[in-house]
Amino acid sequence: MIWNALAIALREIGRNLTRAFLTVLGIFIGVAAIITMVTLGQGATLAVKAQISNLGNNLLTLRPGAGFGSRTASAGVPHFTEKDATIISEQIAGIAAAAPVRTASLSTIYLQNARLSAITGTTPVYFQINKWNLAEGRFFSEVDLRSGAAVCVIGNTVRTELFGSDNPVGVKIRIGKAACEVIGLLVPKGQAGMGDQDDTIIMPLSALQRRLIGKNSEHDINQISISAQDGVDGTALITEITSLMRQRRNLQPNQDNNFNIFDTRQIAETLGATTQLMTMLLAAVAGVSLLVGGIGIMNIMLVSVTERTREIGIRLAIGATAREVLLQFLVEAVTLSCVGGLAGIVLAFGLCAGLAKIIQVPFNFNLQINVIAFLFSAAVGVLFGYTPARRAARLNPIDALRHE
Amino acid sequence: MNQPAASPLIELRGLTKTYGVGDAAFQALKGIDLTIQAGEFVAIMGPSGSGKSTLMNVLGCLDTPTAGSYHYQGIAVEALNTNERSLLRRYALGFVFQGFNLLARTSSLDNVELPLLYRGVSRQDRLAKAVAALTSVGLPTKLRSTPAELSGGQQQRVAIARAIVTEPSTLFADEPTGNLDSVTTGDVMELLTRLNLDRGITVLVVTHDDHVATFARRTVLIKDGLIESDVVRP
Repeated sequence: MIWNALAIALREIGRNLTRAFLTVLGIFIGVAAIITMVTLGQGATLAVKAQISNLGNNLLTLRPGAGFGSRTASAGVPHFTEKDATIISEQIAGIAAAAPVRTASLSTIYLQNARLSAITGTTPVYFQINKWNLAEGRFFSEVDLRSGAAVCVIGNTVRTELFGSDNPVGVKIRIGKAACEVIGLLVPKGQAGMGDQDDTIIMPLSALQRRLIGKNSEHDINQISISAQDGVDGTALITEITSLMRQRRNLQPNQDNNFNIFDTRQIAETLGATTQLMTMLLAAVAGVSLLVGGIGIMNIMLVSVTERTREIGIRLAIGATAREVLLQFLVEAVTLSCVGGLAGIVLAFGLCAGLAKIIQVPFNFNLQINVIAFLFSAAVGVLFGYTPARRAARLNPIDALRHE
Repeated sequence: MNQPAASPLIELRGLTKTYGVGDAAFQALKGIDLTIQAGEFVAIMGPSGSGKSTLMNVLGCLDTPTAGSYHYQGIAVEALNTNERSLLRRYALGFVFQGFNLLARTSSLDNVELPLLYRGVSRQDRLAKAVAALTSVGLPTKLRSTPAELSGGQQQRVAIARAIVTEPSTLFADEPTGNLDSVTTGDVMELLTRLNLDRGITVLVVTHDDHVATFARRTVLIKDGLIESDVVRP
């Protein structure tokens, strides 16, 4: 009986290819749309999260000025001292490391290639704090720092512009007015919210101070990079650092902070929440498209209901039982819905793979959304294909035959 | 009619059919007593609204009576459920309708095969029987034609082939020539006569056309839901 129903249903689909095509099309587009949107949305969320986590683990950045933004980073605000960094790492529990950072923008030259590069003078812990990894060579050491050795580690953008694809390790380049040996090449991090992270040259703070720009004040540290230990509450840490710095700077209770602490984790959470919201929005749009697809299916089914009711009457009159007719309609609806759903999944897979490459987000096949989209569309197809048939099959054959 | 059989093919006692309820109720059949023996060719006549089509639909198990008894080959039809009535239609009854009621976009062959499909007949047998049935109605060259490609007379002959392909004991024809011209009407009626004589199929034809009724040996006249006359031609 099942095989019979299957055979009859497949024949019936074959005879009405236009109707079958229109039914399948609604499900096909709905499924493809919802899977593509949700998958790409999640890819974008992942991409943002990956970039944020590249910035550093539990990274806090202590910067001069009252707040985040150029408005407050004005001249006259006191910078930090190397001692600030030492004291923060020594006196506050829950801090893994703190590195003083002095930045400068200097011309860098190798053979005929010249460019302006961002130079960071710091201590060796900076690499761990900011999660830098080596592609070639080595980081500079405490010994290099004490001796003020003219060595540097360069990011991938600097390498590409100065050396092309050559190995830069062991080569001397000119930075500003001094020669400096490249001892390491960093693994690229890519673009983050704040520009190209790989456009960087990192060298011992002492070398930058003594050889390149000179040390004219104790307060020459632009920022202090701080990493918290795992599981430490960032908010409490910020409070402690704030009170320590206020004390060290002799700020009165009525004076505002003349420094700020930038917490990447907070930024990550904010951005994560934003992209999640985007994903949900996309899913809602996709859900609407699935609904529209469902209404399309419903229309096709309702338009053909008169013809199909007569068909049911004919089948009943020549001796089909109501059960057999219903089974046939059920098989038809399930077949069309499944074909549409599977085709939609295939299209979505292709779309996701292609679009993910174009907009540069990772493509992860999301089984859950595929299953949900498929089941929902199949349910819509079966519901609208089967329900009118059930009504018709309950009629007396003669009433079904006379249906206008 | 003269020789008393064990049980007649069709036996109706006090059959009524009422449509609607309350004030809107309309009694289409008001108590029909009728006995039909196997092998008869009966014309059921009457003006429109007389209840002749209703009678035919009840006899063909396409509709259910309101009251009274209906025995088909001794089986109490009014006691059967929907499913059992379907099976009775499948194995014993054939139908020809005024509007042909063929499946659209479906070849003659597939239309004729359809009742066999529900009987679970094998593919080869289906094909052979359907071709034989279409040949016997004079359409051996129209096997692949869809209803849209056939004339009214040809469509009705496909419908007759579909009705007889299962070798039913009774063939019900409701105004089978209502949509046909006089020449085709003659062809179709001769075909029904031949089926009755050669194969012994009992034929019941509902018609309001006196010419059509002349093909039948017995004519039952219905008026206002009651049998007015029942005449057997000698």
